[in-house]
Amino acid sequence: MGRILEVKDLVTRFHTAEGTVYAVNGVSFHLDEGEPLAVVGESGCGKSVTMMSVLRLLPEPPAQIASGTAFFKGRDLLKMSEEVIEHDVRGREIAMVFQDPMTSLNPVLTIGYQIEESLKAHLDLEDEPARERAADLLAQVGIPESPKRLAAYPHQFSGGMRQRAMIAMALACEPSLLIADEPTTALDVTIQAQIVELMLELRQRRKLSLIWITHDLGVVAGLAERVLVMYAGYIVEEATVDDLYDRPQHPYTLALLAALPRVDRRRNQRLKSIPGAPPNLLVQPHGCPFAPRCEFAISRCRTENPGLTDVGPNHRIACWIDVRTRKQR
Amino acid sequence: MKSQPPIVIVDNLKKHFPVTQGIVFQKTVGQVRAVDGLSFSIVQGRTLGLVGESGCGKTTAGRTLLGLYPATAGRVLIDGIDVQHATRNKLMLLRRTAQMIFQDPFASLNPRWTVGSIVGEPLRIHRLLATRQERVDRVKELLGLVGLSPQQINRFPHEFSGGQRQRIGVARALASSPKFIVCDEPISALDVSIQAQVVNLLEDLQDRFGLTYLFIAHDLSMVRHVCDQVAVMYLGAMAELADRNELYEHPLHPYTQALLSSVPVPDPKKDRARHRTVLGGDVPSPINPPSGCRFHPRCPLAGEICSQEIPAWREISTGHWVACHKV
Repeated sequence: MGRILEVKDLVTRFHTAEGTVYAVNGVSFHLDEGEPLAVVGESGCGKSVTMMSVLRLLPEPPAQIASGTAFFKGRDLLKMSEEVIEHDVRGREIAMVFQDPMTSLNPVLTIGYQIEESLKAHLDLEDEPARERAADLLAQVGIPESPKRLAAYPHQFSGGMRQRAMIAMALACEPSLLIADEPTTALDVTIQAQIVELMLELRQRRKLSLIWITHDLGVVAGLAERVLVMYAGYIVEEATVDDLYDRPQHPYTLALLAALPRVDRRRNQRLKSIPGAPPNLLVQPHGCPFAPRCEFAISRCRTENPGLTDVGPNHRIACWIDVRTRKQR
Repeated sequence: MKSQPPIVIVDNLKKHFPVTQGIVFQKTVGQVRAVDGLSFSIVQGRTLGLVGESGCGKTTAGRTLLGLYPATAGRVLIDGIDVQHATRNKLMLLRRTAQMIFQDPFASLNPRWTVGSIVGEPLRIHRLLATRQERVDRVKELLGLVGLSPQQINRFPHEFSGGQRQRIGVARALASSPKFIVCDEPISALDVSIQAQVVNLLEDLQDRFGLTYLFIAHDLSMVRHVCDQVAVMYLGAMAELADRNELYEHPLHPYTQALLSSVPVPDPKKDRARHRTVLGGDVPSPINPPSGCRFHPRCPLAGEICSQEIPAWREISTGHWVACHKV
């Protein structure tokens, strides 16, 4: 399997009236062809901004990609001209599905028009073949009577159907990488299960590489092979799903898993909450970002940021402490 | 425990909203059956969870229960007060006894009021304390109770994070020393690491003051953790009601079974081994709910009788209630 995406030392900042927001502070990761990768973190941890930076979807200014490279199939997305990335990459090679299907669909255009638009723009299809393909795509994402549904407006669809339509749109040009940004967060659990199932099936059938951004550690367990955990603009742990849930090694991952109630277990104790709140991103980071909330923190944690280091095969963490021995590694 | 009389009794509660057409001469063309026959009771000091998907009527149920919406039919008794037929004085008493915590900590606090005025409002309305100084002291005490600093009394809501704002909402609910609190999705707007903080706070306060909660939520994992009893709603009606472990370990209603199997488990090995029932379709509209059992169009077990007759609300074993023809 080849590398499809390789991001190195990505730094993204926002220059706002209140000061500089340190949103992404040196993020490096890779994705292999056909691999499902999950990016987990709480709101404001930089998981979406990382992906938006890679796709250059952030308005500059206020955003500024201060440094880094993002090689996709051998080409650096961060150095590409706007015209090239818009025509060759976005929607064509890399597609994105967003959280809220109601705000990402245009309410005054039919579902059919919005799918056909991308087919016409990227694949230069005529009206008739574009319509046929759009109907076929809707059928593939499980919308019944798809030719008729092309004439429907987004408000006539339910939340789950809108998200299916968004996925159809994303798949229109047969992209090789799909980035799904919290695609099931706005949906009910039974609908969430439908969408997860659909995505897994599509990934297998089309050999898609998939990046799934979420805050839900439960969803991740069922769909990814490798997981990145982010906190305050840093990747703090990277592991295979089995390792992450069986042998989490970063204090933040540990705390997050302990704070999670389980539907499959009897309650035996109080939830372990993480004291404090995520850091203010307006302050230039120094030291480990999790140190103020970390039960293992030592003085070194407050002054020096631990980079990601290997702790096992396919397992990297950014921490000075070995949580099993509570000693400095 | 069982011998204790319930503090909240809900009997066949219904709330229908008219669907109207026309602007000047509005005529009713249908009814949204948002809540259509809800019955349960909660013992003092306990928590009942009300779960269901969006649009199933959980929030309407909570609000109708407290008399914020007039009920269409049915009866609610809270600490001996008949909510629908209470006199003005009784209603004021009810507003002190029963409080509410809202979902969105950004929308439920007045942005132009200081924390002191927000938390102190119930004290002023109910004239609970005679002097201003007493009220200020009480507000400071309440802030301390919910884990905020009494020095923050003159700050405004925008100066607080989501979790802290939810704490302000909790302090306001506690101000009038209530016995019963309806928690309407109190944590769903918060991040995971903050959710646990707020849930632990609610539990501590329950232990300390003997509070009774109706915990409305869609997060089934959290409901299992927090609640003693759980009621499952589907499209305005009750599907199942049982003690926590009974419901999660032996769900009887096909909807409960499907709902539980859809909840992702944060354990990859277990998740892979699990049998999944993925329900097809969406929740139908409550304006013209399906005939017979409301769940029958999506139900894997549905038979002929399910589309014709509304299933009775039966007690299968002690404390385990279910509405299904196939159980």
